[in-house]
Amino acid sequence: MAEISSSDGGGKKGGKVRSKKMSTKIDMTPMVDLGFLLITFFMLTTTLQKPKTMQLNMPDQNDKKETTPVKLSESITITPGENGRLYWYQGISTDPNCKVEETNYSAKGLRQVLLEKKATIGERFSIVLKPMKKSTHKNTVDILDEFAITGCDRYGITGIAPADEALIKKFEAANPK
Amino acid sequence: MPKVKVKKQSVSLDMTAMCDVAFLLLTFFMLTAKFRPQEAAPVVTPSSVSDTQLPESDMIVITVSKDNRIFLGTDAQPVRDGMLEKIGSKYGIQFTQDEKQAFRTSDQFGVPVANLKQLLALPVADRNKPGLQTGIPCDTNRNELGDWVLFARMYNPKLKIAVKGDNVTEYKTVSQIIAALQAQNINQFNLITSMEKRPAEIKK
Repeated sequence: MAEISSSDGGGKKGGKVRSKKMSTKIDMTPMVDLGFLLITFFMLTTTLQKPKTMQLNMPDQNDKKETTPVKLSESITITPGENGRLYWYQGISTDPNCKVEETNYSAKGLRQVLLEKKATIGERFSIVLKPMKKSTHKNTVDILDEFAITGCDRYGITGIAPADEALIKKFEAANPK
Repeated sequence: MPKVKVKKQSVSLDMTAMCDVAFLLLTFFMLTAKFRPQEAAPVVTPSSVSDTQLPESDMIVITVSKDNRIFLGTDAQPVRDGMLEKIGSKYGIQFTQDEKQAFRTSDQFGVPVANLKQLLALPVADRNKPGLQTGIPCDTNRNELGDWVLFARMYNPKLKIAVKGDNVTEYKTVSQIIAALQAQNINQFNLITSMEKRPAEIKK
């Protein structure tokens, strides 16, 4: 097994008295065992991966000057609903012609909608994100993530208005899951 | 015929090298280890493609648990001292030296100010028992979270806000936090997420 060898010098003094040769080999197995045990412990307890963050900039509420009007034809509203449902519509919710459409969080869902709209509307495409009260944090982050993936950087988050909520409720009633 | 002598192979193996490597690794892990702070509520963060690193210092981390309880944590001890003092004078609570010491060494807490004394009196191991930390109130009529952050930023104006929400945290709670902090003109937030691979077909 593990060994440390050293020279076996000495032992010849006097010629007659032979001291018993002691082995200088040490069994290192327990030490190695202990070493690996500690390594395992530190590997499991240490946090190597640091958390990542997503920057979220909200508009300054005191600064009323820098508001640019956005054309309704150039903006869409996205509302994450309950139970992982996701709705979007173009225009304003009080408009009777406003048509809610449903999509999902997959790569074929919201991402395609965003890419399509971005291609047709162009530079001035802007998005309003209105999470409902029952939306989860994950829903919001997932949508913000889709914005980052598709490169849509003109967006804002606001609370949902009663009119928007009524519109979504109507849609949900007509299209139950 | 002379017998063919099979040379006896030694079965003992020189483990010195292995031992060296083991201890080298051990030293490395011991020196780089940064222990996970004990969390009052386990939080599973949503994932995003963002690869911005969270700054290590000058942070206030607001954790929102699954059941929408709000916790607050900062890394700097002087800030914690200052916060406690100001909060005490605002809410009319005198903290003893022991309680100040206990607060200085605690990472994260989530109780209303009125229950803080009671929490700090407990031994560290008992503080994370379920049902004890009910979350910091943060609504329009009782905005204690706003006060904590305000006082923390008085001691260190560079403090940045990170919001660490669980997957199933209701957006309502997160929006309450954001609204409370926007009232103090804090408009930049860091949402803590875990890493996710950016889809290959759409590169920025």
